[in-house]
Amino acid sequence: MSKIESGYNKKSLPNSVSKIGGTLLAIGLLLGIAGFLVDSYRASYAYLVSFIFFLSIAVGSLFLVALEYAANADWSTPFRRISEFFAASLPLLLILVVPLFFNTSNLFLWSHAGYVHGDKMLEAKSAYLNTPFFMVRVIAIILLWLFFYWMITKNSRKQDETKDQVLTKRNITLSVIFIPVFAITITLTAIDWIMSLESKWFSTIFGVYLFAGVVWCSLAALTFSAIKLKENGYLHSAIKEDHYYSLGTLMFAFTAFWGYIAFSQYMLVWYGNLPEETFWFMQRWDGGWKFVSILLIITHFIVPFFGLLSYEAKTNVKRLKFMSVWILCVHFLDMYWLIMPGMSRNNHAYSFSWIDFVFPLVFIGILILVFNKMAEKFNLVPVGDPKLQRGLNFHL
Amino acid sequence: MPDNKKLHSVAALFNSVDEIISAAKKTTAAGYKKFDVNTPYPVHGMDRAMGMGQSKIGFVTLFFGLFGAAFIFLFMWWSFAVSYNIVVGGKPFLAVPAFIPITFETTVLFAAIATVVGMLAVYFKLPNNSHPLHDTDYMKAVSGDKFGLVIEAEDKQFDKAKVIEFLKGLGAYKIEDIYYPEQEKFRMFEPKFLLFLAIVAVATSGLTYVTLNKLMYITPFDWMDFQSKLTAQKGSNMFANHEGMRPPVEGTVARGFIPYPYKGQPMPVEVLSNPTIPTKQILELGKGKFLTFCSPCHGNFGEGESRLRGQFPVGPTLHSDKIINYPDGMIYHIITNGQNAMPSYAPQITRHERWAIVDYIRVLQRAQNAKESDLKAVNKESVSNVQN
Repeated sequence: MSKIESGYNKKSLPNSVSKIGGTLLAIGLLLGIAGFLVDSYRASYAYLVSFIFFLSIAVGSLFLVALEYAANADWSTPFRRISEFFAASLPLLLILVVPLFFNTSNLFLWSHAGYVHGDKMLEAKSAYLNTPFFMVRVIAIILLWLFFYWMITKNSRKQDETKDQVLTKRNITLSVIFIPVFAITITLTAIDWIMSLESKWFSTIFGVYLFAGVVWCSLAALTFSAIKLKENGYLHSAIKEDHYYSLGTLMFAFTAFWGYIAFSQYMLVWYGNLPEETFWFMQRWDGGWKFVSILLIITHFIVPFFGLLSYEAKTNVKRLKFMSVWILCVHFLDMYWLIMPGMSRNNHAYSFSWIDFVFPLVFIGILILVFNKMAEKFNLVPVGDPKLQRGLNFHL
Repeated sequence: MPDNKKLHSVAALFNSVDEIISAAKKTTAAGYKKFDVNTPYPVHGMDRAMGMGQSKIGFVTLFFGLFGAAFIFLFMWWSFAVSYNIVVGGKPFLAVPAFIPITFETTVLFAAIATVVGMLAVYFKLPNNSHPLHDTDYMKAVSGDKFGLVIEAEDKQFDKAKVIEFLKGLGAYKIEDIYYPEQEKFRMFEPKFLLFLAIVAVATSGLTYVTLNKLMYITPFDWMDFQSKLTAQKGSNMFANHEGMRPPVEGTVARGFIPYPYKGQPMPVEVLSNPTIPTKQILELGKGKFLTFCSPCHGNFGEGESRLRGQFPVGPTLHSDKIINYPDGMIYHIITNGQNAMPSYAPQITRHERWAIVDYIRVLQRAQNAKESDLKAVNKESVSNVQN
């Protein structure tokens, strides 16, 4: 145990972190409110893009924590806390979702009684797609995530003091329950928030598509923070390139997984060639969106695939940092591509606007501030975890 | 110690993972280059303890993976889009999304096979498939529960006595000399092995042949061959006269086909009345059909000036008094039935289109024999068109 204690000393993150987070949040909030005043229709879409991006990192990080417990992995134990701190943003979803609830009429055509009336398909769907049930569902899903977040992290933190192995066992049980719950809730999230923007479109693989992106960008957030924190001496000194290599491998795996899922979705629609399915892709092949779609294939699959392919790339700290920032940006682009084309349906001709890029500031600011707060209060390394020593000794 | 044997290496056995890792580290530190470690399962961190670099086999995988992708994509492009175009599901000939799954699978296939074959070629030194360590007590131990380290005689600083001393110092519990087999032989070319391969090949192809060509034609696999359905050119016991299908009732008319009652008669018995109203649309239709089917013989304006230039009997003018005075039904009858050298056009031109042609012929006739009042009406119309 002495090796653990000698390698890690708890210290707060520098002031610059909270300054950066606070500045981003303040600027973002000001511009965001201005955005809603200028064009609330556009702003609600832009807000949704960033909201899903934020949700991806928050709940995806909780999934990574659960995955570590369920798989009984020990290599990732030294930086499990980073994912836990990102997941600490989950309670804020309850507040951040409120602006969207006020704008459901802007976002969802199915929330307009006049639009649904007389349309057999939408009338049949209205048992599920109606505003009250939608809100109940969203809140219930967030509460469910919160329950697991509180239970798992409470045990994890308690272990720092008690070093009680039973807590790990309890967390394994919780994680094994959480993973199927996560599978269902992330699918419902994808359907509710993104797929239902086009009330008539459907794709059975859509939940998996979002899942692939969610895990991908949570891994990138974890990798970036782990490297940054290690470089500045906030993590355990025994973390080495073998650990980074494993993170890089996971990012690489999910790059390929996303490509597989995205292509599967596209190919079935392309083959079937049914108008009620193809129009969603036609929208994204229309005008300038064509270039965004091509850009997405290149940036989301080709660049990270070859960028992370070799052993050298996965052990090279600089390359990993670059790729994880890249992945975070591209996940934002992916969400943008999923959500924004729906905007043009009310004869709103589409063009980029400053409003689209305001809300990421808010949400990234929040992530940084919450992370900073958590790092002040709790250890950045789970010092009481029985798997920690094995994790630190990890060799390829 | 048999002198005629060539020494391959000195092998040492250890009891635990920690010992073997520290032994590997010390051997590397002592400057030995040609040594190897054998363990019953992969030991994490061993590559680094042995001072090994990254394996280069990944480049073989990458090259053959990309090669497989390019090969199959070009192959599909050539066969579907260049050499032999077949429309599949209404997709373009170069249907990239449809090619991607096959490209993906071929990439994986090429990469995987190339990796295995490349590994065998490099590490086994194909066609050699034997190693001096095989069939030794040492190998039996390390494939059980022991951990072994061998230092090869090819190493530059190899000196048998020193090596044994060194290995003892590392804590080996047993040290063994490994010799090359008395004569180098490629087990791959042993008659026994080749015979075995031949038997496997014959058995596999024989079984495949029997299954696909014989077994599948034995009951119950052949049940699908006997179905109580109609077979072309074969009798059926369904009906007394052994026909498979009932002949249609006399007077049955095919769907969408109305028989022409005056076929072969010189004149319609009753007066056929024109069901069309000569609107612009009908006249456009009539004009199109007239230019296609009638004008080759009767001329573009029905003036009987054939553009066949005597290769075929010249059709008469349609502006003779006889034809101008024909009722619409008579012209329709001639188109439908044919007259003199003119064949029936009923198969090519529908009833509606034939009436439209009649309307258009009337227009041509009036245009060729225009009266003063017609010209006035036309002028009036064109003037008003200009004003508009």
